[in-house]
Amino acid sequence: MRTILHSDLNNFYASVECMMNPELKKYPVAVCGRVEERHGIVLAKNYAAKAFGVKTGETIFQAKCKCPDLVTVDPHYNEYMKYSRLVRAIYCDYSDQVEAYGMDENWLDVTGSRMVFGDGEKIANEIRERVKFELGLTVSVGVSFNKIFAKLGSDMKKPDAVTVISRDNFKEKVWGLPADDMLGVGRSAIRELHRYGVNTIGDLAHCPDEMLSYKFGINGLRMKQFANGEDNSAVVHRDFEFPIKSIGRGTTFTSDLTCNSEVWCMILTLADEVASRLRAAKKKAHGVSLTVKCNDLAWKEWQCGTEHPTQNAYELACRAFELFTKNYPWVKPIRAMTVRAIRLDDEDICEQLTIFRDAGRIAKVEAKDRAVDEIRRRFGRSAITSASTMKLEKFPGGAEFELTMPTGLLTLA
Amino acid sequence: MAQKVYVKVNADFSPEGEVRPRSIIWRDGSVFEITAVMMQIRAASTKVGGCGLRYTVRVEGQERYLFRDEDRWFVEGK
Repeated sequence: MRTILHSDLNNFYASVECMMNPELKKYPVAVCGRVEERHGIVLAKNYAAKAFGVKTGETIFQAKCKCPDLVTVDPHYNEYMKYSRLVRAIYCDYSDQVEAYGMDENWLDVTGSRMVFGDGEKIANEIRERVKFELGLTVSVGVSFNKIFAKLGSDMKKPDAVTVISRDNFKEKVWGLPADDMLGVGRSAIRELHRYGVNTIGDLAHCPDEMLSYKFGINGLRMKQFANGEDNSAVVHRDFEFPIKSIGRGTTFTSDLTCNSEVWCMILTLADEVASRLRAAKKKAHGVSLTVKCNDLAWKEWQCGTEHPTQNAYELACRAFELFTKNYPWVKPIRAMTVRAIRLDDEDICEQLTIFRDAGRIAKVEAKDRAVDEIRRRFGRSAITSASTMKLEKFPGGAEFELTMPTGLLTLA
Repeated sequence: MAQKVYVKVNADFSPEGEVRPRSIIWRDGSVFEITAVMMQIRAASTKVGGCGLRYTVRVEGQERYLFRDEDRWFVEGK
């Protein structure tokens, strides 16, 4: 039987801030996005702030209403990435199968390490103690025989704790929990499940297959398998890189956009970054998606295909702008936008040319893009750019941080 | 409240990649010889925050912690 650990760093951003500055530990603390970049929401909070009811995602104003003495600190993504890396290095001492799920969560398959380090619970406790001693952070670890229950376990006791869910005790420990505590049961699924009186993981485990497959298709049956402890998804090797499915760049503007010309400049700037990253990843896009968020925070996303696979900023921008002009009714000013290259292929994949495409022109454009990349590599990103995007007052400055978002589960063949 | 003080350090780097601190140069330029390195272990500083490779060193007859956090060195100052 497999032994899987799921280790979750408690209140990660807030814990790193409090560890870096121990003075903060006495106060309710929230890490908040920068107000001047219009990101003034709570990203993470410590337990003292949680006790006042401060929630992730609410505005700083709302949080301060609940907790007037709340200490707010700016995020330091470089530090979070550094500590995420250091914690992962500790995990790698126990297994070569370590799979990240976001920045602060990891699964470990320690089945092969039990003869060396002891059983899953012993390894979990050793990891917990080491992370606390070596890095000054706390983790909650779930120990189980599959990834789904290991993750449930890490959520059951916090902070600085280990929870074991075995084959013998999973019915008592897990089946009474709300169904949406389980990974794989999303918001829309739980709404449907409630309508059928399915509230707990135990209810889900006993649901008739016909009902689940009728309502949710294959995912319904998968949810039931998970609830019965029949998840066989593998923990990937630590060097495994998930295939890139899309490359996107989005931003919240320093003030709202109000006309098409502003939108075009912003789309071109975003597409320029997307195209650079496509070329760096040696990918070409068969499609573009554009997400637009209005100033009332309502948002819409549209997608379209490209005429041919591309990694050129201007082509991506043209398609994205077409999507915009075709679909956006300009009822409200625009607060944020994301351009994403989708349906990616390797850049060297064979491509059927048509007689209407000028191959010479394409070769020239690609050579120009390579020259731009080389200039930027040597002299920095701002060394060369389109004239129309040179002075964008509404485009926020500062570095962009690429955060690894959680990925799906791999199923064992 | 103790505070983190980044310091200059003279150290020996062995061909095997081991690092042994020899002396600490304080902010005012005073030099404190490290007469012994008792232990080195990866640890967090509970007093001033941060973490790194923690050297337990003897300086002027007293035991002190000296941390190496990537390319910087710090001590727990008063």
